Amino acid sequence: MSANSSTENNSSTGTWTVKSGLAQMLKGGVIMDVVTAQQAEVAQESGAVAVMALERVPSDIRKDGGVARMSHVKLIKEIQASVSIPVMAKARIGHFVEAQILESLGVDYIDESEVLTVADEDNHIYKSDFSVPFVCGARNLGEALRRISEGAAMIRTKGEAGTGDIVEAVRHLRTINGEIRKLSSMLKDELFTAAKNLQVPIELLSAVAETGKLPVVNFSAGGVASPADAALMMQLGAEGVFVGSGIFKSAADITNETDRLNQQKAMATAIVKAVTYFEDPKILAEVSEAIPDNAMRGLSVAQLPTDELMAGRGN
Amino acid sequence: MPKRPLVGVLALQGDFHEHGASLHKAGAEVTEVRHAESLKNIQGLIIPGGESTAIARLLIAYNLTDPIRGYIKQGLPTWGTCAGAILLAKNAPDLDRPTISVMDITVQRNAFGPQINSFEEDVYVDGISGLPMKAILIRAPIISDAGPKVSVLAKLSDGSIVAVKENNLLATSFHPELTNDHRMHGLFVKMARKYNQ
Repeated sequence: MSANSSTENNSSTGTWTVKSGLAQMLKGGVIMDVVTAQQAEVAQESGAVAVMALERVPSDIRKDGGVARMSHVKLIKEIQASVSIPVMAKARIGHFVEAQILESLGVDYIDESEVLTVADEDNHIYKSDFSVPFVCGARNLGEALRRISEGAAMIRTKGEAGTGDIVEAVRHLRTINGEIRKLSSMLKDELFTAAKNLQVPIELLSAVAETGKLPVVNFSAGGVASPADAALMMQLGAEGVFVGSGIFKSAADITNETDRLNQQKAMATAIVKAVTYFEDPKILAEVSEAIPDNAMRGLSVAQLPTDELMAGRGN
Repeated sequence: MPKRPLVGVLALQGDFHEHGASLHKAGAEVTEVRHAESLKNIQGLIIPGGESTAIARLLIAYNLTDPIRGYIKQGLPTWGTCAGAILLAKNAPDLDRPTISVMDITVQRNAFGPQINSFEEDVYVDGISGLPMKAILIRAPIISDAGPKVSVLAKLSDGSIVAVKENNLLATSFHPELTNDHRMHGLFVKMARKYNQ
């Protein structure tokens, strides 16, 4: 489990370049939540760059309540066996043993996720200890840089998972990018105050101020439910999108399973195309015409009680 | 100052920005290719790293496969890294949708297993003098077989072939675009400079 293991051949695994590099390969792509091997196959067939193996999609976690844990090992293995694209899985915030188990299963990326019930209210997993890379959620620059300091090799804006409402995803991405723009115009002495206020290391903050971007890939998540949503996040500067309930909770009223999966596949394919051609309204119109007319019904975040919001977990 | 050739980077999915930045530093102008029309004036084409299944589906959906193959057959210098190498290979048994398929190589997808086995290793590349290159191998393919007209440019310490050249085609399992070493991009820019459509 120790990172950076070296052999006599000058070859090393688990390096920062290798961990953040996989996220760079996922750029411009769509990572889809799946709860069965069959859904994973549909996701791959639609052009997903990776799947997130889950027991329940966030909208069901929201509905069912209870404690949401790492997915069952059997399910993760089934999904790994069914596709050739990378398989990601979620561990609870701070639950480093779930992460150790996922690493030993050969999961390609671990999402330390606010969508599951929090296991440690004070500490996140020390991710630099692992050879497997981690992605973490963030609502603002401080959260993003704290997660990167702990070893996250990829960031996703949190949004509000399981709602199908894009409003929080937009807020979080605009917040991070706005904060980075402000940093870039700061004088050297002001950066120290910014580091203090954001509770992040000055070296990391200075690097962001200089390059004008996060040192890792940043995807958007939490609320994408249509090709237009996906393209909106890409135009706002996301480098790719996670889609949770938006695909396999669409067409939910279709009772015939094959018909329903076909409709969901149409939604998945349309979102993939929208992420590639996000700046081309003509193609966006074409792909939007091809989606089922019963997108996920969704929940308006503005009408949710605050204690049901997931994004505030783990800051 | 030698003239800066115009090099296209296939920009359907993957690390095309990183290739663009490396090409700039290696002396090329860069254009992103998402439509067949963009292939018209380029002197070189890079097919980046990414997920080969995703890129293959988009190549098919937007009718890019035949135009790209056509330009390559006319001599367009083309370089595939990782997923790009898989798409260029005539024989990629683990890819369910063959697309460009022009290079006389067999490529084994994801040859080292899951991400925890991804690694970096110093390799000497034929045609690149001086220090070895840092080969970054991320869920990487290896070139398990190469035809008689293909020259092997680099092997790992375990003997796996990770860089090959066949006339105007270049394929690498690794990602020079993820490093600050732009010598391989320099080599490709040289090939592009010599080519006029």
